[in-house]
Amino acid sequence: MKFAVIRFPGSNCDRDMLNAIIKAGGEAEYVDYRETSLSKFDGVLIPGGFSFGDYLRSGAMASVAPITSAIKEAAADNKPVLGVCNGFQILTEIGLLPGALIFNDTHTFISRNETLTITNNETPFTSQYEKEESVVYPVAHGEGHYYCDDETYAQLLKNNQIVLTYTDNPNGSRNDIAGIINENGNVLGMMPHPERALEALLGSDDGMKLFERMTEWEAEHDYIH
Amino acid sequence: MITFTEPNEQVIKEEKLYADMGLSDQEYDKVVEILSRQPNYTETGIFSVMWSEHCSYKHSKPFLTQFPTTGEHVLMGPGEGAGVVDIGDDQAVVFKVESHNHPSAVEPYQGAATGVGGIIRDIVSIGARPIGLLNSLRFGELTESNNRRLLRGVVAGIGGYGNCIGIPTVSGEVEFDRSYDGNPLVNAMCVGIIDHDKIQKGTAKGIGNKVIYVGLKTGRDGIHGATFASEELTEESESKRPSVQIGDPFTGKKLMEATLDAIRQPELVGIQDMGAAGLTSSSAEMAAKGESGIALHLDQVPVREAGITPYEMMLSETQERMLLVVEAGTEDKFLSMFENYELDSAVIGEVTDTDRLELFFHGEKYADIPVQPLSDEAPVYILEGAAPAQDESDHQYGDHDLNEVFDALVGHPTHGSKRYIYEQYDNQVGANTVQKSGFGSGIVRVEGTDKAIAMAIDGKSRYVYADPLNGGKEAVAQTFRSIVSTGAIPLAMTDCLNYGSPEKPEIYHQLGESTRGMAEACAALSTPVVSGNVSLYNESKGTILPTPVIGMVGLIEDVNFMADLKIESGDAIYLVGETEKSFAGSQIEKLIDNDIKKQVRHIDLELEYARGMDLRTRLINKEVKKIAPVGRGGIAIKLAQLAAFHQLGIDATLDLDGEDLFAENASRYIVIAPSGQKIKDGKEIGRLTDEGFHIAARNLTIDRSTETISSIWEGAIPQCMTSVD
Repeated sequence: MKFAVIRFPGSNCDRDMLNAIIKAGGEAEYVDYRETSLSKFDGVLIPGGFSFGDYLRSGAMASVAPITSAIKEAAADNKPVLGVCNGFQILTEIGLLPGALIFNDTHTFISRNETLTITNNETPFTSQYEKEESVVYPVAHGEGHYYCDDETYAQLLKNNQIVLTYTDNPNGSRNDIAGIINENGNVLGMMPHPERALEALLGSDDGMKLFERMTEWEAEHDYIH
Repeated sequence: MITFTEPNEQVIKEEKLYADMGLSDQEYDKVVEILSRQPNYTETGIFSVMWSEHCSYKHSKPFLTQFPTTGEHVLMGPGEGAGVVDIGDDQAVVFKVESHNHPSAVEPYQGAATGVGGIIRDIVSIGARPIGLLNSLRFGELTESNNRRLLRGVVAGIGGYGNCIGIPTVSGEVEFDRSYDGNPLVNAMCVGIIDHDKIQKGTAKGIGNKVIYVGLKTGRDGIHGATFASEELTEESESKRPSVQIGDPFTGKKLMEATLDAIRQPELVGIQDMGAAGLTSSSAEMAAKGESGIALHLDQVPVREAGITPYEMMLSETQERMLLVVEAGTEDKFLSMFENYELDSAVIGEVTDTDRLELFFHGEKYADIPVQPLSDEAPVYILEGAAPAQDESDHQYGDHDLNEVFDALVGHPTHGSKRYIYEQYDNQVGANTVQKSGFGSGIVRVEGTDKAIAMAIDGKSRYVYADPLNGGKEAVAQTFRSIVSTGAIPLAMTDCLNYGSPEKPEIYHQLGESTRGMAEACAALSTPVVSGNVSLYNESKGTILPTPVIGMVGLIEDVNFMADLKIESGDAIYLVGETEKSFAGSQIEKLIDNDIKKQVRHIDLELEYARGMDLRTRLINKEVKKIAPVGRGGIAIKLAQLAAFHQLGIDATLDLDGEDLFAENASRYIVIAPSGQKIKDGKEIGRLTDEGFHIAARNLTIDRSTETISSIWEGAIPQCMTSVD
């Protein structure tokens, strides 16, 4: 499996993301945001950071970058697409995931290790985790409050699209939502950083199973029941 | 032909306009002597910033020369953007600390943000990739709403820049004391890693080589920032808000990556960031170091708006800019590289054989100054210091309610949890942070290796005020203790000297004695000074406490040993080092007497070194599990912090008077290890337990639940910050 790590100006977790997927046994290359094709890749990783300085609104400028249509094509081709932190914000901005990320309720940046629950272990990303498994991933964001309207929330519940929730909600996210997946099960977005949770020495290795699973990607159609 | 309306040479002299820019009469006369004529407006501005305290160290130079600056690991000492120290395998660590006190006083967010941006560019201009940021902060007490406003703004600014550019902020320290009312201290430190063969210097060499400007377009922000930073803060300082620069971390990030790319190119001759005094200091210093002249065509400088004069361009402190010298003929390669990073860049001049800084604007000459005297002949002032009267009276605390003292100190923002601050900083980006803020120094692994760099920053201003000589030694020793407590071998240090006006004899005395003490400690502890910064005139409502801040790095050869060291209930607690009745400059003295007695403090540097290195070895050999230096508030506060941070109980008995639990003499550690260890000068004083904080001394018993200790400690800062302004 060969992954593209998308680099926008202002991305700053690009190296961490590349290192993570390689450590898990995958191949990876950086792809500049001015590129227009991702056809030679089997999966797409959108790293955290402050794409275009998060000026205007986080993820907003990235959503009109040349690479965006290629990301949408990859998603439509059933390739795995993972967006972490700023990557999650971009996925909501370009409409691959529903809802939006707004300012933390405290209106301050929050950086700490967060305990999370894997609420859906039936996705092709999370099937190595136990159901309701408790994991620790770091969070580091200023705009991480997941917001959606009632109708969207009902859809998320009905389709079992909520993958990850906070134990001690740091930002005011609706119903503790930390990560969601698309209906098709191949586009996952989350605010916490699994790529920073690969070694016990650094505080947690709970993210490893996510990346390992991605390197053995087999799209499971209709996984949502 | 564009013309600017500027005062002419005669008006500058007669109306003493140079004085408004910060030049004294004598200094003006010296400029006239150097030029053999009267300086014009642009030239006067250039001399005034180059000869400001901030750029020329005119009051501090004699003290800085005391510091040992060489050692077996030192590859590059002071004089360049940052110091460079070998860590083996052809890699080196690059680091420096710098102040941004004055800007932060008038505009806390941008003042702090640009402080971080500036120190990052210093590290990057050497060619190193930054791996960690640290900060040392001082504010007045948080009972004052203005100090809360300053803390809020400074912390948001540090986070705003560091988080966006993607460098983890891994350690820091903060103290609250009324001497910093209205004059906060914001010292930022950056640590980077470099391969030996990539080390760059800020030099302009090779006649005909091209000068390239890259980064943000120059605007009118921060004009005379360096001069502003060299004055006392007054009510008029508010009107100098335009002297504060505006940070743009997004451009900073692009510039960082572009610079690291440029440094890999063999055609690069020299590079320097445009920091204090912007284009003036970068071009003049590069020319001076290259023993060349430099000619700049200022009409080529990318500007934000039309009508900016050569004077404004040379003095602007617009952020996120670098100046490069590249081999003639290769400039297009660099320009197209910068274009790919979507950065403005332009060829703005060339290296000449004139030994002069010559500035042209549309062909007309605006300045013609010999480089060497501008850069190196700034006046040096040696003043008279005066030692203050000593106060030999004893401190008497035995009759006070020491349980109340304990609660007040644990719950004071200086000793309480700093979670409110450090959780606003991304401390793990880069995925190499082994130990982040909370308890102990920052530790960041060197990517792709088992090595790690331990980094700490500290300052002990109350000790320096009580006894400048020994307090200076203690400031270095305290940071040394923090580094050895990680298991690292201390390598070298950087310093930021924050003091009041050197023109006051007592302050001058503090400066002289404390730097002498620091120099002795550097030699004794084998930590040479490789970079530094001076911030004088920190005067607002009064004079700040003398605050030398020490940043230190150490090397851990194999950081994996840390994985096995988890402290737990049942482990024994040891106190290493004798406790003395040392209260001058202590926190109990601050609480009860609201004063600092000027008394001699004691420190034995030989003992300090031996003890620190012995404990370090024991830690990496896993004979002991944790080392925590005893600092502000003494043994009682260190044990409370340990219990609260690790959510453990403590049961300890000490053969000391109750008040001695708050004594603050040097060279002591709390060590956690299995029971029955023989540690030199160490005594087993108790155990870690599951629950309950219990300390007994001769005439004092402190009994609290772990939960009570935790909630007092955790609430120290949040409680202040949520009060209504």
